Amino acid sequence: MPQLNCTDFLNISELLSEEEIEVQRMARDFTEKEILPIITKHTRESTFPKELFPKMGALGFLGATLPQEYGCAGLNNVAYGLLMQELERGDSSMRSAASVQGGLVMYPIYAYGSEEQKKKWLPLLASGKKIGCFGLTEPDFGSNPAGMLSRAKKKNSHSTNSGWILNGTKMWITNGTIADVAVVWAKNEAGKINGFLVEKGMKGFSAPEMKGKFSLRASVTSELVLEEVEVPEENRLPKAEGLKAPLGCLSQARYGIAWGSLGLAMACYEAAVEYSKTRIQFDKPIGGFQLTQKKLAEMLTEITKGQLLALQLGRLKDAKKITPPQISMGKMNNCAIARKVSHVAREILGANGILDDYPVIRHMMNIESVYTYEGTHDIHTLILGEEITGIAAYK
Amino acid sequence: MKIGVLLKQTPDTETKIKIKPDGSGIDESDIKWVINPYDEYGVEEALRLKDAAGGGEVVVVTAGSKRAVDSMRQALAMGADRGIRIDTEGVSLDSYTTAVILSKAIQSENFEVLFAGKQAVDDDCVQVAQMTATALDWPCIWPAEHIELGADKKSVVVTRPVAGGIKEIMEMTLPGILCCDKGEHEPRYASLPGIMKAKSKPIAELKAADLLAGETPKVTWSGFRLPPERKAGKILKGEPEAVCAELVKLLREEAKVI
Ligand SMILES: Cc1cc2nc3c(=O)[nH]c(=O)nc-3n(C[C@H](O)[C@H](O)[C@H](O)COP(=O)(O)OP(=O)(O)OC[C@H]3O[C@@H](n4cnc5c(N)ncnc54)[C@H](O)[C@@H]3O)c2cc1C
Repeated sequence: MPQLNCTDFLNISELLSEEEIEVQRMARDFTEKEILPIITKHTRESTFPKELFPKMGALGFLGATLPQEYGCAGLNNVAYGLLMQELERGDSSMRSAASVQGGLVMYPIYAYGSEEQKKKWLPLLASGKKIGCFGLTEPDFGSNPAGMLSRAKKKNSHSTNSGWILNGTKMWITNGTIADVAVVWAKNEAGKINGFLVEKGMKGFSAPEMKGKFSLRASVTSELVLEEVEVPEENRLPKAEGLKAPLGCLSQARYGIAWGSLGLAMACYEAAVEYSKTRIQFDKPIGGFQLTQKKLAEMLTEITKGQLLALQLGRLKDAKKITPPQISMGKMNNCAIARKVSHVAREILGANGILDDYPVIRHMMNIESVYTYEGTHDIHTLILGEEITGIAAYK
Repeated sequence: MKIGVLLKQTPDTETKIKIKPDGSGIDESDIKWVINPYDEYGVEEALRLKDAAGGGEVVVVTAGSKRAVDSMRQALAMGADRGIRIDTEGVSLDSYTTAVILSKAIQSENFEVLFAGKQAVDDDCVQVAQMTATALDWPCIWPAEHIELGADKKSVVVTRPVAGGIKEIMEMTLPGILCCDKGEHEPRYASLPGIMKAKSKPIAELKAADLLAGETPKVTWSGFRLPPERKAGKILKGEPEAVCAELVKLLREEAKVI
């Protein structure tokens, strides 16, 4: 039987199809050859490796679970998760870019868009020829997007076909500055959230980059500024109304993060194992000390539990039986263990743990973003809390 | 154009080879199996040649156990159209008998060209492609670095590196065998849609024993052992003059090489 080419202590390979395993191995190969050789430079210079995007598109990495009729690969969710794992083993920036493009831009167009919108945008976004971004978060509304201030009002309130005027500011928007199209969420005059495809170059729309990040440095993060931007009705997502529309997108991306964070954890764990076998102190490899062994054993155990969690989430998602609180558990747990694993790996590498010759410090910084975006750890904890008790504690 | 690729499954080049305790062979339990890296160049060149010819078929031909199907599927995911596997379960083969069964298996296929890797990274024998060419009475170029289809589409123009950085450019009338070296084209990644399609592509199965028709290996293996471990080297430290003097002294007196 073919085997996964990654940490697989409990032999989850046995639970996977040949195609799922082949997707993992191919994606790992891509990461080794295309991402790892260039990522340190991009991290230092705080630039996004934009040139990889069309390559990822040509291989089917963007919107990989969407159907083939729109130029997508039609993967199942487990294979997609393994792809996210391998991209994030490279760098969270690359996984984020793929997550945003697939889960937060292509998915809403696919799920809430008109046939014309799908035909126009999905093939372009799938091929990586066009880049998209997702604007939900605002300066004053992060965990609580329902309070958003961005507004969409009809240009001519008497006509159903009238265009819209958008006003507002979005913040922390991945790929905002380089995006050709932004999925922007704003409230209409009735206070209902609607989604709009705001295109680069529309009058009154700008997307300045946010500088000074210590995390996800190889990813572009931006503000979206909308001042009296005129958007035609044909650019409104017709089937998206209310907060559940953007939350539906987040479910896609959060699921991917449950796998992606494992890739980050594996990269740190594997670096720590390698280092502890070769670094000699007191005449013996540091991996020979009980304290180091305890750290490694706990890392491997957490990664293994996380894999089983992610795998069952994928099977539930493929069977269309998954619930948002189940996804919350996956995002919450796997980011938390990845964060812990990256810290402990950094510890094991000693001084080398803070040097970008090794991948660990980069991952350790990246996980701070991943832990926070797509619903913070706390918010997912409270979603589970509500699921258990029936009482919402976050409001 | 009808194109064949001889593809072998070999241990990953990073594998630490272990010998069975009784010395009767290699312990395969912890080996990670991959497409022989040079054969991957063969697959890439075959797919390119098919495009250059404006269509056709790329067929992967493998002599190996059931395990090798995994590597064949990878080539199908890269874009090859179908496979032929000669099941070698229970037969022990050398280069000669491998060439016998490969040439028999492909006789009825009427390939216009066959690709192979310049060598397999497991036993490094560098014999099977040449012996297959002999059995088919075809020309064979080793190693091929750059391949172009001739204007008549019945020949190929091949660049072949020779000693001292010199290149030979040869024209070969088809059919023939090209043994690929690492050239200018990196093997492509299988695309995700390619991976999804690979499972439905057919792999025909033949039996080695049937094709051998009584032929027997020319080589027998009497035993396996690892090369003796190298002793740690000596590092001389100090001023360059003193180190040089010490080095010459050691080479003369200890190593006795000058
Ligand atoms: C690198 C990066 C990229 C991003 N990309 C995007 C993007 O592409 N699109 C997009 O729309 N957004 C994006 N975000 C925004 C992200 O989703 C938000 O940062 C996140 O939702 C948290 O919001 P906040 O930062 O405003 O924190 P806040 O909501 O202000 O939270 C601050 C702290 O308070 C805690 N907290 C808040 N409410 C509660 C409560 N009820 N109970 C207990 N604790 C609470 C939080 O857990 C957190 O610890 C990105 C963020 C980052 C860092």
